[in-house]
Amino acid sequence: MAWNRKDILDIASLSVDEIASILDMADGLKEISERSIKKVPTLRGKTVILFFHEPSTRTRISFDIAAKRLSADSISISASTSSMVKGETLIDTARNLEAMHPDVIVIRHASSGTPYLLSRKISTPIINAGDGTHAHPTQALLDMMTVREAKKKLHGLRIAIVGDIDHSRVARSDIEGFTKMGAEVRVSGPPTMIPKGIESLGAQVMYDFDEAIDGVDVIMMLRIQKERQQNFLFPSEREYAQRYGLNSTRLKRAKPDAMIMHPGPLNRGVEITPDVADSINSVILSQVTNGVALRMALLYLVAGGLHSADDH
Amino acid sequence: MRMIIKGGRVLDPGHMDALADIVIDDGVITDILPSVSRDMPPIGKNDQVIDAAGCHVVPGLIDMHVHLRDPGQEYKESIETGIRAAAAGGFTAVCCMPNTQPVNDCRQVTEYIVKTAAAFHSVLVYPVGAISRGLKGLELSEYFELKDAGAVAVSDDGMPVVNSQLMRRALEYAQGAGLRVISHCEDPGLSGGVMNEGETATRLGLSGIPNACESIMVMRDIALSELTGIPVHIAHVSTRESVHAVADAKSRGIRVTAETAPHYFTLTDAAVEQYDTHAKMNPPLRSEDDREAVRKGLADGTLDVIATDHAPHSVLEKEVAFDDALNGIIGLETSLPLGLKLVEEGILSFDALIWKMSKNPAGIIGLARDIAVGEAAHLTVIDPKRPFTYDAGNGFSKSKNSPFSGWRFSGRAVYTIVNGQVVFEAGQKQSL
Repeated sequence: MAWNRKDILDIASLSVDEIASILDMADGLKEISERSIKKVPTLRGKTVILFFHEPSTRTRISFDIAAKRLSADSISISASTSSMVKGETLIDTARNLEAMHPDVIVIRHASSGTPYLLSRKISTPIINAGDGTHAHPTQALLDMMTVREAKKKLHGLRIAIVGDIDHSRVARSDIEGFTKMGAEVRVSGPPTMIPKGIESLGAQVMYDFDEAIDGVDVIMMLRIQKERQQNFLFPSEREYAQRYGLNSTRLKRAKPDAMIMHPGPLNRGVEITPDVADSINSVILSQVTNGVALRMALLYLVAGGLHSADDH
Repeated sequence: MRMIIKGGRVLDPGHMDALADIVIDDGVITDILPSVSRDMPPIGKNDQVIDAAGCHVVPGLIDMHVHLRDPGQEYKESIETGIRAAAAGGFTAVCCMPNTQPVNDCRQVTEYIVKTAAAFHSVLVYPVGAISRGLKGLELSEYFELKDAGAVAVSDDGMPVVNSQLMRRALEYAQGAGLRVISHCEDPGLSGGVMNEGETATRLGLSGIPNACESIMVMRDIALSELTGIPVHIAHVSTRESVHAVADAKSRGIRVTAETAPHYFTLTDAAVEQYDTHAKMNPPLRSEDDREAVRKGLADGTLDVIATDHAPHSVLEKEVAFDDALNGIIGLETSLPLGLKLVEEGILSFDALIWKMSKNPAGIIGLARDIAVGEAAHLTVIDPKRPFTYDAGNGFSKSKNSPFSGWRFSGRAVYTIVNGQVVFEAGQKQSL
C-alpha cells in the first residue's frame, strides 16, 4: 500500500482503508515481539523523538520499545527535562528538535490540538500520542486491533464505552474509529460526564449502564479521575462504583464472550472490580501487548520504512 | 483653515439625508448647502476640499469598546497605534477599557490616557474607568475622580462583577457621578471553558462555555436595573438568551442598552476548527442559532450598538496551544466593512448601521454626534462601493490577531475627520 500521510494526528482524518492497512501491518509485526531476539533492522538509522509533555508510562514505553524493535534510535524528552522549564515556547522547542533531523516526533500534550499546531510549524512527521481530551489515535487503533483479533471483524459489533466520556480522548478516538469500521458504539456514564453533542461523533448515549451493556460484544471501561469530584461531576467513588462500576453481576448482561477493555491505568474497585479486571473476559493486557505492534506499524509507515527497506 | 466636503450624500439618521456640501471652519460645521441648489460655497485658495462624490458623509463613528493596552502592555498596542487603527476604521472616537497595567481605577491613569491621546490631535479617546478597584470586585473605585479626569463610563470589562450588592451600589453611585455602567456578563462558576459549549467543542476536545454563563448575569443586571431604575449597558452580547432577555426587559420599560461585536454577527464556533486561536475570545463565538439571534436583535433594535471589543494580543499569546491562548481579536479596521456587509445582506438599513456605530453609542456615553451648523465636525466619509481586502499583517494595529485577514469587502471609510481635521484618508492603492 502506498502511504502518503505525513502525520497521524487523529482518527477522523484516516480512511477505512488506511485503518485496515495499519491493523493488517500491526498484525504482521506482532510476531517480532515474540521472538527471542526482538529486533529487525527496518528503521536502522532513523531517529524517533518521544516528546512527552504529560506523565505517561504505558504509551511512552510502548513507543520506545516499538522504535527499538525496529532498530530506530529513540530519544525521550519531557517538558520538565527540556528547555521549556527555562521559558522556551513549545514551537521553539519543536523547531530546535526539527533542526536535528529526526524522522518522527511523537507528541503527548495536555492541551487539545497541540499536535496540529506543531504540524503547521514543522515539517517532521508527527504522531499524536494523546492531546488533551481530543484524540488518542494510537490507543484507538490498538483497541481496534485487539477487538478484530478476537472477533475476526469489527463490522456489526456492539461496543459500550463507559465512564467519563467528556474528559476522555480515548473515548473520542474509539467512537470515531469503531463507528468508521462499522461497529455500533454506545456511551454510558453519569450525565455530568457525557458531553453535549457526542452523538455527532457517531455514538448513541445510554445513561443507564445496565441498558448500555445489554448484549454487547465489548465493554470499554474508562478511568475515573479522583480530582473530578471537585468539579461536581460525581459525589463519591462509592456511589460511582455502585452505579457505573463493572462487576461480575453486571457483566452477565453482556454477551457471554464479551471482551473487557480498559486503556489504563486502572482504578481497581472504582470503575472495575478486581475479579472482573482479571477475569477470562479481560483483554486489558492484550491491549498493551498489541500497542507495541501497532506503534511499530505506525512508525514504519510514517518514518518511511519502506524506502529504507528498499535501500538494503 | 476651512474645509469643504463636497458632493457627498450627507446622512444623519433621523435628521437629514441629502446631497450637500459641508463647510467647516475651525473644527466646527459652519454651513450645510444642498448640492443641487448649485449655490456653491465660495472656495478660497487655502480651503481644503474633500471630494465626497459617491460617498456617504455620516456622523463620526464611535467604538465604545476597545482595549488600547496602554499603559502597561505597549507591546500589544499603544494609544498611538490604537488611534491609528481606529482612524483607519472610520472611527472618530473610542472608549478604552480599564484593564490596563496599572488598572484604570483612578484619576492618574485616566489623566495619562486623556493627555497622551490628546497630543496626537486625532481620534478622540474616552476612558472607561473600573467599577471596582483593581477590577477585584471588592470595593468601588472613586467615580467622581474618574469622571473629573475624563472617564465617560465604568466597567470591570474582562472580569464579571460577581457580587450583586457591589453591582447594585455601582449603578447607584455611578448615577450620582454621571457615569454609565457597562457590564461584562459572565458567571464565573460556569465559565471554565475555552470555547462555546457544543458539538464542535466536544469533537475538538476543548472545554465548553455554556450560553447560560452569559445570560444568567445579563438577567441579573436587568433585575438590578429594574430594582434601581438606573440604566445599565450590556457589553458584547453573544447568545440568543441574552438577546431575548434584553428584548423582554426593553418591552417592560427597563432602561437597558446592549452591544454586540462584529465577530458575533459574522462567525460561529465553527471558526475554531483546526484550533484557530484567532477564533478564541470571551464570550466565545457561539452557534448558528445564536448568530441568527444576534443579527435579528440588531435588526429589531434590541441590540443598540456595534462595538468591536478590539483586543490586541501578540503572536506570543496566540501561537500557542488553544488552551493557553489569550482571549480576544482586533477589530477596529474591520468593524465598518463587516457592518456594511449587514447592510448589503439586508439585515440593517444604512441608517440603522449609523445609529449603531455612531448615534446610539454617543447617546449612551453622553456625547453628541449630529451633523448641524454649530456642531463640532466629527465626520466619517464612507465609500460604500470601495473594494477593500483586509490584511492584518499590513494593518495599523500593533497586533495582528484577526480572523478576518484576507477577507474581501465592499465598502470602507475613506476619510475620518475629527474636529475638522482629516485624521485618515484611504489611499486608492492600499485599499484596492
